[in-house]
Amino acid sequence: MNFAAFMFYFFEAVAALSAVGLALVRNVFYGALLLVVCLLALAGIYVLALAEFLAVTQILIYAGGILVVIIFGIMLTTKISEKPLVVEHGYVLSGILVAAGCFCMLAFVLSRESFTPLTVYTAPPPVNTTQTIGISLFSKYMLPFEIAGILLLVALVGAAVLASNIKSKKNNVPH
Amino acid sequence: MFPIEHFLLLGALLFSLGLMVIITKRNTIMILLGIELMLNASNLNLVAFNTLLPETVDGQIFALFVIIVAVSEAAVGLAIVLQVYQYYQTSVPDSVGELKE
Repeated sequence: MNFAAFMFYFFEAVAALSAVGLALVRNVFYGALLLVVCLLALAGIYVLALAEFLAVTQILIYAGGILVVIIFGIMLTTKISEKPLVVEHGYVLSGILVAAGCFCMLAFVLSRESFTPLTVYTAPPPVNTTQTIGISLFSKYMLPFEIAGILLLVALVGAAVLASNIKSKKNNVPH
Repeated sequence: MFPIEHFLLLGALLFSLGLMVIITKRNTIMILLGIELMLNASNLNLVAFNTLLPETVDGQIFALFVIIVAVSEAAVGLAIVLQVYQYYQTSVPDSVGELKE
């Protein structure tokens, strides 16, 4: 087993174990940190799958962006002084059954199929994946790229409008 | 190259665990974490199938768009969670039962 294979299975084990921990843990903050570990391990797997640009994007956006926002959300929605950040579990049996059924179904399909490409490629793979992605984004995928920009703008404005004007209506005098 | 079945098996495991997190946790933030886990499982499948055709980058670009949509979903979802928490003083989704006062 060479070094790349060792790192691949190491990252896979880390991702799987941290995801299992996320399903078991009862503290929201620990859950967010376990998700960070899982996403970083996935970034390592992306590097080994020759998707370097996607790996860097994963680290920048998920570990640097979404998780910071989520941790802000945890801080804002839990009363730290009054009660610990502990989450109750509900519907445990049905959750385990649905997850196990979903996994067994997917694994059954995976064990039956053999995933080999129909056409064996002859052209050499691109040496610079990032350059290829950039050229594709601005030629073949121009319209989805612009629509994604509009979506981000709408989400930005929508999140700002939703999160502002916060006032507790429960405290108002009922009329 | 690594066998694609190992990618896909990990993706299936992450997807199932994300589904389990969504069902069992009684906290809206944890449900958002489960949704992120499921989106990453789908991204892993896209990258894995891209390794079968390494002369193209279509799968990676699709994964990039999934990441963009996940960012928008997390931002808007957390804003909604904050508003619901401010209104109901709780973040347990089962106890949010009324749409209008």
